[in-house]
Amino acid sequence: MDLLQITSNLIHDTVVFSTALIFAALGGLYSERSGVVNIGLEGMMIAGAFTGAVVTFFVQELGGLAPWLGFAASILAGVLFALLHAVASVTFHADQVVSGVAINCLAPGLTVYLTKIIFAGAGQTTTLSTVFGKWSLPVLGDLPFLGHAFFVAYPTSYIAFLLVAVSWYVLYKTAFGLRLRSVGEHPRAAETAGIHVKRVRYTAVLISGALAAMGGATIALTTTSNFSHNTVSGQGYIALAALIFGKWHPLGALAAALFFGVAQALKGLVQVYNLTHYIPIEFIFMLPYVLTILVLAGAVGRSRPPAALGKPYETGTR
Amino acid sequence: MHRLGRMFLKESFLVPLVAILLGLLTGAIAMLAGGFDPLLAYQSLLKKVFGSLYNFGETIRQITPLIFTGLSVAFAFRTGLFNIGVEGQFIMGMAASVLVGVTVDLPVYLHVPLSLFAGALAGGLWGAIAGWLKAVRGVHEVITTIMLNWTGLYFSNYILNAFLVPEGAQQSEPIKESASISIVWLSELFDNARMHWGTLLALLAAVVFYIVLWKTKAGFELRSVGFNPHASEYAGMNVKRNIINAMLIGGAFAGLGGACEVLGVFHYHTIMSAMTGYGFDGIAVALIGGNTASGVVLGAILLGALNHGASGMNFGAGVPVELVRVVIAAVIFFVAAHGIVKLLRRPVVAKQKEVL
Repeated sequence: MDLLQITSNLIHDTVVFSTALIFAALGGLYSERSGVVNIGLEGMMIAGAFTGAVVTFFVQELGGLAPWLGFAASILAGVLFALLHAVASVTFHADQVVSGVAINCLAPGLTVYLTKIIFAGAGQTTTLSTVFGKWSLPVLGDLPFLGHAFFVAYPTSYIAFLLVAVSWYVLYKTAFGLRLRSVGEHPRAAETAGIHVKRVRYTAVLISGALAAMGGATIALTTTSNFSHNTVSGQGYIALAALIFGKWHPLGALAAALFFGVAQALKGLVQVYNLTHYIPIEFIFMLPYVLTILVLAGAVGRSRPPAALGKPYETGTR
Repeated sequence: MHRLGRMFLKESFLVPLVAILLGLLTGAIAMLAGGFDPLLAYQSLLKKVFGSLYNFGETIRQITPLIFTGLSVAFAFRTGLFNIGVEGQFIMGMAASVLVGVTVDLPVYLHVPLSLFAGALAGGLWGAIAGWLKAVRGVHEVITTIMLNWTGLYFSNYILNAFLVPEGAQQSEPIKESASISIVWLSELFDNARMHWGTLLALLAAVVFYIVLWKTKAGFELRSVGFNPHASEYAGMNVKRNIINAMLIGGAFAGLGGACEVLGVFHYHTIMSAMTGYGFDGIAVALIGGNTASGVVLGAILLGALNHGASGMNFGAGVPVELVRVVIAAVIFFVAAHGIVKLLRRPVVAKQKEVL
């Protein structure tokens, strides 16, 4: 295989691996810009992956429609888990980190428990017969090099990229976005301006859960074709890293998710071409996490979180 | 009677107790929904834990690392820090102690302490990274410790692959006999359950935790910084150094826990594809225990028994072992959102006032 082909494959794989991260990082974005820490992204992704796979399994006879129904159902699961987070942290002023930990503990336990009940004791869902197929965009998909790299992708990838643009528009060009950001920076001032702080935070956390779950469903319905305890395995934490790396901005999060996607695609390349003598594979695995620490430490440009992040808000406090 | 009643209504006691009950109830509901008998399941869980000497011993083995990780989380909490990185510190402790246990040749009385020290040091330093970043660069420890967990996982795999695991294998060579902390006679007494000195060390660690925090000047400073960093700074305390120290000591507890697992239970270390879970359970243990030494030990006993009893629940009532994670998650959730517990207490307190 020549270099051009390898590069084309690498870009293609990057898009595949980044998609779930883009969804989940966008999810984290909404929640955290409203001032609610969401380390529960991992759990919400797991909930989405499970629901996406199970619902798709039960409607398999519908063929091509089935993964779409699974994908839609995953949103519901994500919203439900996010509701738990919102009730605990917004209404009951629970420590948002602890609440997130609870979700990351609940989701893998509950989903594998249910999987074993539904699939007669098996720890994973039966391999799905219908999952998302890749779409090749007309004309563009047939281009040499570029076609395979950029224009042959799962439909979820197109949705993810679209949602980045939508999120940018919503956050920076709409009244809702302005409210959401102001609640995350200065909730008291926002309330004085007549904004219902708790309602905005609830909405943001629920959107967060929906998006994270879509990320999880993406994995189950594109690359793995089933759900098991290690379908998500830490990608929620990488999405969190991408959010911070991308400085809590949709375009930044996209760039960071793509970067971490490259790292994951490289991992495949290193394994296929047996390059582990030169680069220990563990260092490629470590890359997203180490980079995030460096960014936070200010070694690679500083990332500043929303001012009110992590602080519960009591109506009328000053 | 009223005094006793009031003790039970005290928040520090009531919140974890009600949270545990609500957690078990949540588990029961999940079991009913799945078509299982929750009473039979919880009975089988208890039977598993107490039913035989072997299983009782293995339950104690399960409890031991949870005491260490619970103390680790609680120590940081006392200084106002949230150490989610216990998992990574634990893993680094495992890696360092197996490295010393396999590669070094020393008599027992030197090899054991050195291997344990290596584990504690590695865990401590891994924690101190987050402490340093917080103190010097102002980076929130929650994010750095999460990132350090994953970094630690892959870094320890790298150490194993590079130095300890024979080509093509998945686990390291066994540690030298001289580094083992297993108690052979006690294991024989418990039908070959894997008993080791780590359990005693864990209890000692709880005592050290108490003495350091409540009986020393350094402990006073640590708690003071946790309570109010600004006032502490004004009083002339070095807040930054205290933050680093807290993470160093907390990490050392975790690292020691990891070392005991390697030196007392497995005697080798495996390439890991996932976290051990002890670090995250440590968060639950510390929360249930209200960040006190005795509370942590009790919390660890509860979680250790749940974890070990889960397979009994599976055997006796057909309930998948993952149900225990649901119970633990619910307990964490209700401790965190203790407003819900208080909401439930309100009618009881009102009634109490009427009686008085």
